[in-house]
Amino acid sequence: MSTLASSVSPRSRATLIGLAVLIAAILAGLLIGPVRIGAANVFRWLVSLGGTPAGMSEQEASILTELRLPRVIVAGLVGASLAASGAAYQAVFRNPLADPYLLGAAAGAGLGATIAVGYGPAGAIDVTVPIAAFVGALVGVGLAYGLGRSSLGGRAGTSLVLAGVAVASFLTAVQTFLQQQRSETLRQVYTWILGRLGTTGWDDVWLALPSVALAVTTLWIVRRLLDVIEVGDVEAQSLGLNVTRLRLVVVLAASLATAAAVAVAGLIGFVGIIVPHTVRLLVGGSYRSVLPLSVLFGASFLIIVDVLARTVVAPAEIPIGVITALVGAPFFLVVLRRNRRAT
Amino acid sequence: MGKPLGTLVAFGLALSLAACGSDEAPERATGGDGASTTSGTSSFPATVEGTNGEISIDDRPVRIVSLSPTATEDLFAIGAGEQVIAVDDQSNYPPEAPMTELSGFEPNVEAIAGYEPDLVVFATEPGDLGSALETLGVTALQLDAAPTLEVAYEQIEQLGLATGHQAEAKTLVDDMRSRVDELVAGADPSGGLTFFYELDDTFYSVTSKTFIGQLFELLGLENIADAAGRGSGGYPQLSAEYIIESDPNLIFLADTKCCGQSPETVSGRPGWDQIAAVSDGGVVSLDDDVASRWGPRVVDLLLEIATAADAVEAQAA
Repeated sequence: MSTLASSVSPRSRATLIGLAVLIAAILAGLLIGPVRIGAANVFRWLVSLGGTPAGMSEQEASILTELRLPRVIVAGLVGASLAASGAAYQAVFRNPLADPYLLGAAAGAGLGATIAVGYGPAGAIDVTVPIAAFVGALVGVGLAYGLGRSSLGGRAGTSLVLAGVAVASFLTAVQTFLQQQRSETLRQVYTWILGRLGTTGWDDVWLALPSVALAVTTLWIVRRLLDVIEVGDVEAQSLGLNVTRLRLVVVLAASLATAAAVAVAGLIGFVGIIVPHTVRLLVGGSYRSVLPLSVLFGASFLIIVDVLARTVVAPAEIPIGVITALVGAPFFLVVLRRNRRAT
Repeated sequence: MGKPLGTLVAFGLALSLAACGSDEAPERATGGDGASTTSGTSSFPATVEGTNGEISIDDRPVRIVSLSPTATEDLFAIGAGEQVIAVDDQSNYPPEAPMTELSGFEPNVEAIAGYEPDLVVFATEPGDLGSALETLGVTALQLDAAPTLEVAYEQIEQLGLATGHQAEAKTLVDDMRSRVDELVAGADPSGGLTFFYELDDTFYSVTSKTFIGQLFELLGLENIADAAGRGSGGYPQLSAEYIIESDPNLIFLADTKCCGQSPETVSGRPGWDQIAAVSDGGVVSLDDDVASRWGPRVVDLLLEIATAADAVEAQAA
């Protein structure tokens, strides 16, 4: 029990740091943008709880309330979802390369969005695309899980991953075919796929929030069990863990979070892999730390990346999906190298 | 998943942007080199200048396939419509154009050859369409997206030459020139009106370097996307907050068909009620097709823009 006292403290310290980083990221997200709104104004706006404080134009207040704030919230929700789902998948599939799109969520979402853009009512795509993407992601994972599970045995994790790859290829082929049938909608499908926080509003917040909250809470609750399942199915089973049920719960929760993230933000790669691994390199491999910190750092990471997306070439934008890997990959390599030197 | 998808995405975007007209089209004939000086007498064999170089046409073509919506409009406008036997699936104007399943984006050489054409006109070349057709003995003329009005005129005249309708082509171009001049002369140069041109509902726009951007420049309108132009190839994606801050007098929607946008949907966007164009009725719906082509109807587009600018100006006065 002496280890408890010494291990709790660094972990809670890490959590505190994570919270501080998140708060800093949120402030940066509100303060920095193509339009200059003085820091003093932003803080007065914050204190007024989203009103229009004296000395601030209605236009500035509206930019903060209607554009920046929902954008920061959605970026945070999406980042947290992808990072937490990635961490959980890496545990239950015991595969360091597992990412939130592993089981066909991305391909399913892409197909859903393509159908909505190409065949749905033209005037309503703001509404239909997110919903179709959400449903598509769940259908993709559902297919992969249903098909992969039936060939169980001791390698349930592996067969699920393989089924996921097959389902994803199939759905992507269908998507490409439909898209070529409607080549006039190519452009829209692609801008959607590249990530689209540029048009985020409060409706996206309300669309994503319930699923993300439910899913991330679930993953948070089972985080201790992830340490057990990571050892191996047989070993976990012998410790009294229902491996199949845990894997199902994790897949359900991660898919829900991923589907919500894809629905409001398009496909944003790499977050689900680098954030959990960076956290592991910083605090070690226990999911009791990795999962909560992935949530905090995932949210912070995407908020900051989104700030870059709208400021680097301001007043133009860069698709956020392009920057996550552009910024994330070198950052991850630095952490990897420093870590190796330290050990 | 990430990498192949990324490549695909980049390709698709490039392809779809190319479809909207490119401002970096390669060198082409700029007239005055003798190719289009004669008018009236149609003489074959003729030598025509396309994006793919000099093409010689031995006889008056009577089985033309057009894979370019702009070329289709040009051909019908110069009276060569009767010589056209098939057009691609995007060539929806004029209505009498013989639209087929042929695709200009994903051209199927065999399917094109199946029409036994004696001339194929195309704009973009995703594969190596031109030389593939040459191999089959089919004359292929590429007329890439025009970077300027002058090139658009030149393409019409080259099509006149290629089809034996030089006189009609010249009349059409002269008519277009005089209508453009008239509109430009009628524009208020000191108007100082600003505008946002919306290519799609994720706020991709055009700078004044693009073909479409130049039309607005002719009328003395100030483009808010120019500030975001560098490094974007002429098609930057703007931040919503920048658009709101710029407070343009006019918003032109070139995404009414593709994306179902309208003055109503625009006024419903978060924060957009702060924009002058939205509160003062300066949001103008354009026809996506007309706005993405460089054919005869470009003058109608210019008229539409000028009328909208006049209306906003009159209201302000």
